[in-house]
Amino acid sequence: MRESLIDLEHISKSFDGEIVLDDLNLSIKENSFVTLLGPSGCGKTTTLRIIGGFVQADSGKVIFDGKDISNLPPNKRNLNTVFQKYALFPHMSIAENIAFGLKIKNKPKAYIDDKIKYALKLVNLEGFENRNINLLSGGQQQRIAIARAIVNEPKVLLLDEPLGALDLKLRQDMQYELIRLKNELGITFIYVTHDQEEALTMSDTIVVMNQGYIQQMGTPEQIYNEPENAFVADFIGESNIIAATMVQDRLVDIFGAKFACVDEGFGNNKPVDVVIRPEDIDLVEPDKGTLVGTVTHLIFKGVHYEMEVTTQNGYEWLVHSTDMFPVGKEVGISVDPFDIQIMNKPESEDEEAVGVNE
Amino acid sequence: MNKDLRKILAFPYIIWMIGFTIIPLSLIFIYGLTTRDGSFTFANVLSIFTRDHFKALMLSIALSIISTIICLIMAFPLALTLKGKKLNKGSLIVFIFILPMWMNFLLRTLAWLSLLEKNGIINTVLKFMHLPGLNIINTPAAIILGMVYNYLPFMVLPIYNVLEKIDDNTINAARDLGANTLQTIIKVIIPLSIPGIVSGITMVFVPALTTFVISNILGGSKVLLIGNVIEQEFTKGSNWNLGSGLSLIMMIFILISMAFIAKYDKDGEGMSV
Repeated sequence: MRESLIDLEHISKSFDGEIVLDDLNLSIKENSFVTLLGPSGCGKTTTLRIIGGFVQADSGKVIFDGKDISNLPPNKRNLNTVFQKYALFPHMSIAENIAFGLKIKNKPKAYIDDKIKYALKLVNLEGFENRNINLLSGGQQQRIAIARAIVNEPKVLLLDEPLGALDLKLRQDMQYELIRLKNELGITFIYVTHDQEEALTMSDTIVVMNQGYIQQMGTPEQIYNEPENAFVADFIGESNIIAATMVQDRLVDIFGAKFACVDEGFGNNKPVDVVIRPEDIDLVEPDKGTLVGTVTHLIFKGVHYEMEVTTQNGYEWLVHSTDMFPVGKEVGISVDPFDIQIMNKPESEDEEAVGVNE
Repeated sequence: MNKDLRKILAFPYIIWMIGFTIIPLSLIFIYGLTTRDGSFTFANVLSIFTRDHFKALMLSIALSIISTIICLIMAFPLALTLKGKKLNKGSLIVFIFILPMWMNFLLRTLAWLSLLEKNGIINTVLKFMHLPGLNIINTPAAIILGMVYNYLPFMVLPIYNVLEKIDDNTINAARDLGANTLQTIIKVIIPLSIPGIVSGITMVFVPALTTFVISNILGGSKVLLIGNVIEQEFTKGSNWNLGSGLSLIMMIFILISMAFIAKYDKDGEGMSV
């Protein structure tokens, strides 16, 4: 089997002189669930549209299944898209919507009817064939849009923020639904979202994008636990990102206190960025902590307490803990070595622009 | 806003409506359904079935249908081209398109007369180039030309309006599902623009059916449309009863058209010109 199903090679695209994608390279494996994640304007949707054929790249190639499809129109590509606002055909019944692609391909009627039944069952809307599209809820419309795409047996399903318009509870249900669908169909999903939780829940691979560049690509665990730069750390989940100094291998100086860590190879006395997730900070008695601070803020979040601990230099640490420390209490900050993630400082101003303070 | 104030604000228009729509309309009904000495009759209305009147009506319908079809054939591709071009009032194409509409309707039609006349501009140029002359003035062809020229914008605008409202992703979805450009137009774009097409057809067909100015100017006295018949009853024939009776027939066509719009353009999409 080939390594990858889709290869984007040196893709660049600009709209009205504004660069949206700059020399993007991306390899997508067969049967994977890949999520393109990033803030609006990062180029994720443009990337998806270039794969779908709705946007032509200015330069670069789209290789699909070993063939260059860069110049093929969307109707000649063996992939289907689920659009952001469903884009169902309002003048057709549900059955007609689902049958659209099959009728174009002149499939026999019996085959089409079977497929409609199968697809509706797959998306849990059995018996909805003749209902009016316009009377469906958002979640139901989304399922029909998915059914309409998958009856064509595409090798790849492109999903452009498909859950964006749904409310929270429905969005969470649909996430599980999509994972189940992906496993039952055994095809590749390429998913675009700005919602990091969606990305972490569903994907095998997350591609974090910003300003037309891929910032990091990896499994959800890698992206969350080992962010490669401050942007990724900041965008995925909440975190404390601190300018620090790498004293030597396995030892980092944060605000004058020495923390043991597990990272090596950064050199001695090098400035670095450190990421510490709020849930990885242990609040202890002041004399047992590496740093000492005072609780300045406390919110009950349900699963945990969210606290702000201000250290002497004025930095406010974000801490999540199931143990409550009241405002005004002096606490010690302690972090396990493997919970400290060291990142190289951005070298150029360009990289800095993707910075922490966004 | 205060309810009483609203009533007051609507007052000038209500007076206008009563004075210039409701009263004249009532008068047409009264004249149309009475004889000269005032007794009730259907004769004025039924006179549409006399040979000359019926012929004029049929010719009007035929020319209006042809003009409407020509307008539709020209307007749809134009509207499709304009879709998604992010047109605003300042863009050149809108300017060129709207420009003739700023000129008086009579002037526009008279301009065609001086173009098409036997010794008009077109024939002078053709003669100068030793080409055979164009002899369509005072024929139905000239009237169709006048109708298409005058009413084309009324076809383009409602169709453009509905096309603009079709989500690009709906069209992308059709392409994505394997439809080529032609299939996308036939299966998705045209069905979704039906409200605009129906509005456009009505807005071209009804005025074309009832016109007498275009046929007067470009048809001479050679081509008699139902509009000309009615006009003559009011002016030359001085038979207001007969003129009103025939007007009621026209009103039936207008009502049918409005029923069509109500059925196919429920949300008034095409009408929001």
